[in-house]
Amino acid sequence: MSLLTIFYILSAITIATAFLTIISKNPIHSAIYLVISFFSIAGHYLLFNAQFLALVHIIVYAGAIMVLFLFTIMLMNLNKEDEPHKKLATKLAAAVSFGLVCFVMLAVFIKAMPIIDTYKQTGQDFQSIKVLGKVLLNEYMVPFEFASVLLLVAMIGAVLLSKKEKSIQ
Amino acid sequence: MSTSIQNISLSGRKKEVSNKEMTFMESLYLVAIVKGLMITIKHFFRKKVTIHYPEQTREMSPVYRGRHMLKRDEQGRENCTACGLCALSCPAEAITMKAAERKKGEEHLYREEKYAEIYEINMLRCIFCGLCEEACPKDAIYLTVSKELVPANYDREDFIFGKDKLVMPLEMAIANSKSVN
Amino acid sequence: MLDSTFFIEKGIIILVVFAVTMLFAMYSTWAERKVAAFLQDRVGPNRAGFGGLLQPLADGLKLFSKEEFFPNTPNRFLFIVGPAIAMSTALMTSAVLPWGDKLVIFGKEVILQATDIDVALLYVFGVISVGVYGIMIGGWASNNKFSLMGAVRASSQMISYEVAMGLSIIALLMMTGTLSLKEISMQQSEWRWNVLYQPVSFLIFLICAFAETNRTPFDLAECESELIGGYHTEYSSMKMGFYLFAEYANMFISSAILAILFFGGYNYPGMQWMTENVGVNAANVLGIIALLIKICCFIFFYMWVRWTIPRFRYDQLMNLGWRILIPLAIINIMITGVCILAFK
Repeated sequence: MSLLTIFYILSAITIATAFLTIISKNPIHSAIYLVISFFSIAGHYLLFNAQFLALVHIIVYAGAIMVLFLFTIMLMNLNKEDEPHKKLATKLAAAVSFGLVCFVMLAVFIKAMPIIDTYKQTGQDFQSIKVLGKVLLNEYMVPFEFASVLLLVAMIGAVLLSKKEKSIQ
Repeated sequence: MSTSIQNISLSGRKKEVSNKEMTFMESLYLVAIVKGLMITIKHFFRKKVTIHYPEQTREMSPVYRGRHMLKRDEQGRENCTACGLCALSCPAEAITMKAAERKKGEEHLYREEKYAEIYEINMLRCIFCGLCEEACPKDAIYLTVSKELVPANYDREDFIFGKDKLVMPLEMAIANSKSVN
Repeated sequence: MLDSTFFIEKGIIILVVFAVTMLFAMYSTWAERKVAAFLQDRVGPNRAGFGGLLQPLADGLKLFSKEEFFPNTPNRFLFIVGPAIAMSTALMTSAVLPWGDKLVIFGKEVILQATDIDVALLYVFGVISVGVYGIMIGGWASNNKFSLMGAVRASSQMISYEVAMGLSIIALLMMTGTLSLKEISMQQSEWRWNVLYQPVSFLIFLICAFAETNRTPFDLAECESELIGGYHTEYSSMKMGFYLFAEYANMFISSAILAILFFGGYNYPGMQWMTENVGVNAANVLGIIALLIKICCFIFFYMWVRWTIPRFRYDQLMNLGWRILIPLAIINIMITGVCILAFK
């Protein structure tokens, strides 16, 4: 069994579960399909020998975010009937914008490929956490901090939203 | 110290309950948790109180009061004269009876001229206090040491024990008279 | 590199680790009942075998022979998947735990670990964070409000305490400088146990471990006095057994992680002397025994706490997690950072 077969199997699982996420009527089933999809994406990361990325992906997405999703779905007890019906125009707009985002992403990834070569020349294991940490906190310090500020802003916003409701009551 | 009702402590272990704010150290609960752990670990090494039932049995209390029995004398005659003192003394009002006169030829069955034709104890009401035993002037009713108090049943009627269940079996009376002689 | 001896060696290690985990989980149920009994001045199970030692087998037999019950649920598949996830996540963690340094068998060095990956600690966290799905899916698929309540409680509790757990470990990682459990154990040889340097981190991790394994005083997911049985109300037979078994397997694994991270893992005082004077194999067998003894101590501690402390109220649980443990962990990180800068 070569890596390519594993890749094909993982890709099939990823795409199938991603489709099922959208198609299935029950929101909880959707969430569970999404979790499986995340796992197979983590499998893809492992194929690149990106252990850190794979595990962080599982911890953050499958272990925290999707648990929160499921938690809210269970709490709100969503049913199929509650789903609002969207107009065709909105659906079309969503599809087009998603396609555009995909296009941009593809372009970015194609551009991003050559960087691996420069790391390959240095000969060090660029997927080990030590190297990753050094690169992240030396070369990419500013984007890293920007990301943390963005998360902080999101958190403060959430806190403010919940506070506001209380004062009205 | 005033002797108002609030300050009396009969057990001597009265504790004033307060609702004061906890200090920082107390609010961590760490000390309290360690204290609790120490108490439970002390019990870990304490002597166990379990009685291993089929092999060991708990000692019977000398004042144990089991199921009632209407006694016969050495000659196998029923002691009860249906005087009704037991029914009167019964705090749970569990005992009822109907008296009848002894006929000719029944002297070997009943000791006195009057006997209980019907004698019923409602076992659902009985509290096994033993007052009937104390009240009986003829030593007719006894609370035995039988471990089985009242067997389980489906109908409430089955818990009203009549003479068929209460009177001492004849064989036992015979055995008793033999052991006396 | 990937020759057959490699596969045989790893296969044997995985099998042994699997068997030992199962055995410990099995006898934890017995030990739980014994410890509970002893703490309450009773003697506990003593009929099946000497001192009740065959009790776990009897319990297992009973669970196997019980009626398989399905509630009126639209999700029979998810109903079965729930306990399966709980069990498999409970057993997956043991793959990265180092049980000893190495043994020399037939002139070949055998590393006593299924796999020594670079990100072992993250792997442990990943598996723990996924473990909650077993409870959530099972509780939801039961189609019962008590089960759903248990599932919801479990998920929010797990997420809350994972944060504090991760933060408490960061202080430790700043000291060790590695995520590999093998290296962390090696750094703690002789008396350099991490608990002596990071007591606060240990305390937070311990509390979070209690919460993550759903043990009293954090057993709000299955509290029988409020939610009947919580997420496993509707389960019967071996599916129920899997949930209960997974809890004990989790307890064993978390005890092992506590022992490895903070109490020196397989190290014991005088291990170096043993290696030099008696031999590698003897020293390492003693090391495995030392690790198992440490694990047993932690399991006993889990049980001891269970039969001492009552259950938290839900708001107290959330308060403790978010308003006490997380700030404490962050302060601990900062103090550790200052100390590292000052002393190194």
